[in-house]
Amino acid sequence: MSSVATQRRKAAFARFWAAYRHDRAGMAGLIILVFFILVAILAPILIPDDALDVTKADGERFDSPSLGYPLGTDDSGRSMLLLLAYGTRISLTVGLAATLVAMIIGTAVGIMAGHFRGPGSHVLVGVTDWFLVIPFLPLAIVLATVLGPSTLNLIIVIGITSWAGTARLIRAQTMSIEGRPYMERSKALGAGNWHQMTRHVLPNVFPLVLANTTLTVAIVILSETTLSFLGLGDPLAPSWGAILDRAFSSGAVSRGAWWFVLPPGICVVLVVLAFTLVGRAMERILDPRGTTA
Amino acid sequence: MSLLQDVAVGEPDPIRAPRVSGSVLRTVGSKVLRAVITLGFVVVFNFFLFRMLPGDPIGLYTRGRNQDAEQLAELRRELDKPILEQFLTYIRNPFDPGIDSTRFSRPVWEMIGERIWPTFLLLGTAIILASIIGIWIGIRAGWKPGGRFDKISTGTTLTLYSMPEFWLGMMLLIVFSVGAFGIPGMFPVGGIVTPGVDTSTPAGWLNVLWHMVLPCTTLTLIYLADYSLVMRASLIDERKQEYLTLARAKGLRDVMVRQKHAVPNALLPTITLIFLSLGFVVTGAITVETVFSWPGLGLLTYEALRGPDIPLLQAIFLLFSIAVIGANLIAELLYVVIDPRVRS
Repeated sequence: MSSVATQRRKAAFARFWAAYRHDRAGMAGLIILVFFILVAILAPILIPDDALDVTKADGERFDSPSLGYPLGTDDSGRSMLLLLAYGTRISLTVGLAATLVAMIIGTAVGIMAGHFRGPGSHVLVGVTDWFLVIPFLPLAIVLATVLGPSTLNLIIVIGITSWAGTARLIRAQTMSIEGRPYMERSKALGAGNWHQMTRHVLPNVFPLVLANTTLTVAIVILSETTLSFLGLGDPLAPSWGAILDRAFSSGAVSRGAWWFVLPPGICVVLVVLAFTLVGRAMERILDPRGTTA
Repeated sequence: MSLLQDVAVGEPDPIRAPRVSGSVLRTVGSKVLRAVITLGFVVVFNFFLFRMLPGDPIGLYTRGRNQDAEQLAELRRELDKPILEQFLTYIRNPFDPGIDSTRFSRPVWEMIGERIWPTFLLLGTAIILASIIGIWIGIRAGWKPGGRFDKISTGTTLTLYSMPEFWLGMMLLIVFSVGAFGIPGMFPVGGIVTPGVDTSTPAGWLNVLWHMVLPCTTLTLIYLADYSLVMRASLIDERKQEYLTLARAKGLRDVMVRQKHAVPNALLPTITLIFLSLGFVVTGAITVETVFSWPGLGLLTYEALRGPDIPLLQAIFLLFSIAVIGANLIAELLYVVIDPRVRS
């Protein structure tokens, strides 16, 4: 990579950041995200080793918030606050990993479908459309049922069901890049398909991929919460959705144990909202004409 | 769930749209054909997904439950046939799973037939309410973007959009049904009707209505977030059009410009989107019906996956896919019918 290109990209990033700093909604989202990411990283340090062990929990069952347990306790007497902090780690990990899967599939399919002409491209477009039409949750449910409940399978299922929107967007963007003079120049100089796609198309669609990624994370975290709530995640990994599943199946609702239900939901809302705000702010700056909205 | 991202799904490409009205038929034909092909893939996928996996399929079919030997033997006879023969039997009638529900030991479509009406009632009401309220909010917010109403409503709808619908349902249940934060419980904790009440009398209808308040409110709030955000974006787009400047130059009052010129055009993408959002609507139905024990298809899905009850799951997946593909087709055709710009 020549230093000219690196410098140009650095300058582009500086311009982007200067614009982003003035976007109030975007900055608010970013601050919320930094907070949750810190909690996720520090969770193992903040939480004593056996605080989440059901057999060693020392609190009352379904205890309302008190000094010792600021957010009350769950159905086996564990501190909701600590459970929630640990849940942050799992929800964010699954959310980011599944998004990565979706982005890799979506970007690869999108660029190839936009770059190549012919029957192969039609097949890719057809597959993308199919995944766009098929209702997400029923498809995710049958996939997860067949694969069995585990965190890795959850990531795979969400990744497989969430890439199509990205592929569609990237394909449109690729097609508009294909017509630009530098593509013609690189073809004239004998660049192969791989070189064209990775060295010219990918860097140009990348900013959009990034904006789209943040929006996708938001949706993916909601999907994770929903699937875990339905019991399709690892029963031993207390993600926010799994905590809600536990609350629901242990009868927290009929007991009126709002502290068992309210906090995980608020965490989901905050994180999803934050990712949405950041993603929308990035889109506004990267694509001021709003062609992607 | 990714409604905001998939805005462009149903939009026909204006450049490739046919020029003469005679070719409208061809457009319709090709759209119908595409829907049929999509459905064909669902049918094939539905068959192979559950047979692709390594291991004993019987284990998958009966995971976690006791089955008597006779049932197992019958299942095994069915699954021991050559895969091609099984596929041919299946493809002849994809709606006949050949096996009863493994959890309820009843024909799956019979159960679906019983459960479909409560879902229609709940979702239909929620979608209608959400469309009306959502479009109204979208118009008010989108006509003066950045105004006070817009700021408050966009903040609220974005928050609702970020919410797991079942969580909203659980919170409403705790607050308004069990009673919390000083609010007495006033709605039933679940179900569609109080046991023993006859649903064919007016008192019975009121009882159903009373049971429907909380689940319907939950779904309406979640759906209207989407509809209003789309309506708002669509109206903001429309505001940039030149014909509005002309309408103003004619001296029309602001209300007239909005109601007679901007809104009808901005409504088109929103109405198609309401049809396109059925996949997203289904997601809400599954979790919210579960939370409120509403005896519809959503709760049936939850019961099926807790088994897991594979024949039932397959049938439900097929049904939901048909519904969503059908709604998509309607949306695309509607676009051709109501938007003359697509035709000419």
